[in-house]
Amino acid sequence: MSSNKLTRATQEPAWVRYTLLTVGLGFLFFFLGLPLVAVFVEALAQGLPIYLEALKESETRSAIWLTIVIALAVLPFNILFGVAAAWAIAKFEFKGKSLLITLIDLPFAVSPVVAGLIFILMFGSQGYFGGLLAAKDVKIIFAVPGMILATLFITFPFIARELIPLMQSQGKDEEEAAISLGASGWQMFWRVTLPNIKWGLLYGVILSNARAMGEFGAVSVVSGHIRGETNTLPLHVEILYNEYNAIGAFAAASVLALLALVTLVAKTIVEWRMKAETDMLNAELPGEKT
Amino acid sequence: MSAKSQRVLPGFGLALGYTLVYLSLLILLPLGGMILKASELGFGQILDIALGERSLAAFRVTFVSSLLAASINAFFGLIVAWILVRYSFPGKRFVDALVDLPFALPTAVAGITLATLYAGNGWLGQYLEPLGVKVAYTPLGIIVALTFITLPFVVRTLQPVIEDIETEVEEAAASLGASRWQTFVKAIFPAIGPALLTGFALAFARALGEFGSVIFIAGNLPLISEIVPLLIISKLEQYDVLGATALAVVMLAISFVLLLVINALQWWAANRHKNSEPLEVAAGKTKAGAA
Amino acid sequence: MTHFRKSIATVLLSLVAGAALADATLLNASYDVARDVYKDYNPMFQKHWKANAGESVELKQSHGGSTKQVRAVADGLEADVVTMNQANDIEFLAEKGLVAKDWAKKFPNNASPYTSAMVFIVRKGNPKALKDWADLAAPGVQVIMPHPKNTGNGRNTYLSAWAWALKQPGGSDKTAQEFVGKLLKNAPLFAAGGRDATTTFMQRGMGDALITFESEAEMIAKEFGKGNFEVVYPSLTMQTEFPVAVVEKVVDKKGTRKQATAYLEYLWSKEGQENAAQNYLRPRDAELLKKYAAFFPPVKTFTVDEVFGGANKAFATHFKDGGTFDQIYVAK
Repeated sequence: MSSNKLTRATQEPAWVRYTLLTVGLGFLFFFLGLPLVAVFVEALAQGLPIYLEALKESETRSAIWLTIVIALAVLPFNILFGVAAAWAIAKFEFKGKSLLITLIDLPFAVSPVVAGLIFILMFGSQGYFGGLLAAKDVKIIFAVPGMILATLFITFPFIARELIPLMQSQGKDEEEAAISLGASGWQMFWRVTLPNIKWGLLYGVILSNARAMGEFGAVSVVSGHIRGETNTLPLHVEILYNEYNAIGAFAAASVLALLALVTLVAKTIVEWRMKAETDMLNAELPGEKT
Repeated sequence: MSAKSQRVLPGFGLALGYTLVYLSLLILLPLGGMILKASELGFGQILDIALGERSLAAFRVTFVSSLLAASINAFFGLIVAWILVRYSFPGKRFVDALVDLPFALPTAVAGITLATLYAGNGWLGQYLEPLGVKVAYTPLGIIVALTFITLPFVVRTLQPVIEDIETEVEEAAASLGASRWQTFVKAIFPAIGPALLTGFALAFARALGEFGSVIFIAGNLPLISEIVPLLIISKLEQYDVLGATALAVVMLAISFVLLLVINALQWWAANRHKNSEPLEVAAGKTKAGAA
Repeated sequence: MTHFRKSIATVLLSLVAGAALADATLLNASYDVARDVYKDYNPMFQKHWKANAGESVELKQSHGGSTKQVRAVADGLEADVVTMNQANDIEFLAEKGLVAKDWAKKFPNNASPYTSAMVFIVRKGNPKALKDWADLAAPGVQVIMPHPKNTGNGRNTYLSAWAWALKQPGGSDKTAQEFVGKLLKNAPLFAAGGRDATTTFMQRGMGDALITFESEAEMIAKEFGKGNFEVVYPSLTMQTEFPVAVVEKVVDKKGTRKQATAYLEYLWSKEGQENAAQNYLRPRDAELLKKYAAFFPPVKTFTVDEVFGGANKAFATHFKDGGTFDQIYVAK
């Protein structure tokens, strides 16, 4: 009887489960599934060969690579910042914490066009540092460094914001225990903190990665749109669409969707391996909680 | 106790220091530059730009539709995160994978695709328009676009937190006689509440600035369906960088205040949860109810 | 893998400015639908320049919204030449000192090597019998156009309607504004851009008429099929210009003045003009215009200079904040 009671309180009744499933999946179908299907339908409107042909264009391919290069370039910065900020905010008490979090959120509220504009105001030839850069002949905007900067700005909050609520809900008991047992700071981080936050970190990486690859507005302002050189995939999509090459545009967009899926496949593999590891551990240590 | 734990855990100075330096260089310095630029106009002129009839209408449209989109996502996002973590159903991995796609898709593609779906002859529009529901080229279209664009936020902030809730807590609540609903309200919801608010705040913030997808579905009629970012573009089309930065600064100031309120609320909720020890409350309530 | 290396190389190269493999490299900053024109033109010029000056020249293209492009040039995008679709955009660069003040006189025909005209695209068979601007303002007609304040295409439409109303018997600025107001009331939406307006009209089936460049009609045929629409030439419409200019500051810095000037001059050559005609843009060359008469039916046009006293003035009167467009929507 007691186990029956336990299920009753740890699981929703069947009708609730089915309702939630229907509502949740229905919402995803209408707001996510259909638009995605529509993108692929447009991309494949004239069949697979034309779709593949559209992707063979050298400008499209160089745009794909530039997109990946920029996404990879911003990743280490975002991870480092995200973990540091979340550590300070979630594990310690200090004055002005809400203010700090709000400042971290701020890049989201800045319209992408404005995000690009602020870097023009800084580094453009009429900008605050424009003269200095021109004198040293260093190019930041209308070149890849500017595009990386704009992408960093746009993806700034993701990992930190993903980790803060997670680390907050985990509390600091485990880390404190590790330290009081004599672990060094790094040992504590690698053995306790990182394993605890790995899923949150991964979600954050996937999100910021997707956003970095899909960003249009901010990058568009600082790119200069030189074909084959400073066009990322989203910028190339716009150009193709404007040139009445809808197949090419939607094909390129579908590549972005697929690129986002790649990171998710990576996540699934990691997940699967970790599960295998814990299963092994479980087998070795019967009765231990994982 | 908090003073002691500050001493116990290492890395506070390093982590906060790095956070502040990086934040200052990448975010505060450029935004400060923008405010400096806008200040060339003077306060009165900035107000004139912000309080024009068209600007006011655009601010209203932008904030109201962002709020609604974030609310829609908070509600459905909670359900989606819950079923993705707790239930198993065929194709779950695939569905989980799809959630991030609104970020990867360039916003313009999202806007074009949504406008095509919801236009009078679109897959969805053809059924909605006979019912008198016009989505494409109305303010409703703006909400649809913003809901799509911000969909991942709530789901992805909730997922790790829900995964982290230890079933022991629920089992304990159950063994103390709590019903499932009581367990949810008294034990689970307080644990995920802060994350839900975070997701809401992020979705809201992101919606405020969104431009690329909205212009394709909004219709862009002055006073009716123009959003603030469109007015900023409009200023830039007039080579009026100052006017554009002025609007951007006003937008930034309002967003900042709203986010600050949401974040303070979130922090308050998190601490309240920590202090009130929800399990005992849940158990106590049930006992009281039984007695 | 080569592309990956190339991207890395691009990253590195962009840090070290001015690396070029050809004798000279030109960057042409252009409006967003100019690709077809310059895709064919660039190899022609490269051949021509090799034959005449013995130099190889590398040509790079940048495409984007016209105003956005000139702002980028003003902010440091190192384009040697600008080839735009709005004169006020080049005026802006002239004000900034990047382009010669008398840029319009540096090349023939107001520095515009080809032109187009604003036309109506209507549904097959023209079911609502839309013949002229007055028909578009009639009750019950829906007109699709891009945003008149934010897009060049939309501004041309607005000014065309205005000029037509002005030239009617008893026409004045007041009647013109009333007329344009009536026309705008028939717009159920303002599209994000020219291409978006086309998609809205053709694919989503909205509206009775789409107003766009004559040259777009062929692009629309390419994408949506020729038999699905008809082109209507109104009794008076705007001759749209596509002004070009050398960016003085950049060519002086890079030492590419000679090549940049030749690149633009060659647009007026027989080959350059024929290329424009093949892309459905009206060539300045009278003989070629006759040869391609099938593409270009006679139409009565006006220029912005004639009716509005210049692109800058037209822009200030109608599209700046508080201009006639705003007056139509906002009472005060």
